[in-house]
Amino acid sequence: MVQYIETRFDTSFAALSDATRRGVLEQLGRADASITDLAAKFRMTLTGMKKHVSVLERAGLVTTQKIGRVRTCKLGLRRLEEESAWIERYRQLWAARFDELDTIVEELDRRDRMNARKHRE
Amino acid sequence: MKNDTTVKRKSERELVVTRTFNAPTRIVFEAWTKPELFKLWWVPKSSGMSLLSCEQDVRVGGRYRLEFKHPAAPEPIAFFGQYLEVIPPSRLAWTNEESDDGPITTVTFEEKEGRTLLVLHELHPSKEALDRALSAADGMPETFAQLDEFLLIRGASAGPS
Repeated sequence: MVQYIETRFDTSFAALSDATRRGVLEQLGRADASITDLAAKFRMTLTGMKKHVSVLERAGLVTTQKIGRVRTCKLGLRRLEEESAWIERYRQLWAARFDELDTIVEELDRRDRMNARKHRE
Repeated sequence: MKNDTTVKRKSERELVVTRTFNAPTRIVFEAWTKPELFKLWWVPKSSGMSLLSCEQDVRVGGRYRLEFKHPAAPEPIAFFGQYLEVIPPSRLAWTNEESDDGPITTVTFEEKEGRTLLVLHELHPSKEALDRALSAADGMPETFAQLDEFLLIRGASAGPS
């Protein structure tokens, strides 16, 4: 879990280290926008803006959806928190299951050792 | 003091669960592959569910079937699939066929100084399938907490064995 969060945070920080990308997030906080809109607003080429958006997308900060020929970008900030929460719940389930398994294997191991000792006697 | 369980989303389609057990692989593997032992731990007591039946034909191509009862579900719910790999005491893999987009689950058992490092790996058919499995319980009312857990098990991997 900790490792997971760190990896995600590293990606997020890398995504946020660029002024244009911070600007894009600010812009998307006000309204969804197409890549063409964003490229015009930040006076960049379409290719340049696509690269920035894909960095933000990989970090889970932005989501994009292509409808027809237009790719629309939205803020994806909440996803980060949601996914961490889902993974934590999933982890708790496995931890509960494995705690029970622990009890079983330790008991089996103990019996095994006792039998081995009896054998030697 | 219990050992830590970690869960990590390794990629869009993969989830990895790890845990160390204080016993040799031979014993941990046995607890995954003998129905009478598997029954004792697969359903945590805290989940409120009970396992009605558990069949495991642990060999490549063999099938498994688990049936659960939950107070909130009128009918028993079944999980089933097929073993793809069986290499005692180090590796097991199986399909999860109760849904169309279930993952393939692989469990490896690695022995280190008498202890077992267990790694459970789920490979889902798509990013959406894993998202769905993880979010199965999201947003449900508090009273359904137990059912949530059940859906998580179901969505995630009702592994067999």
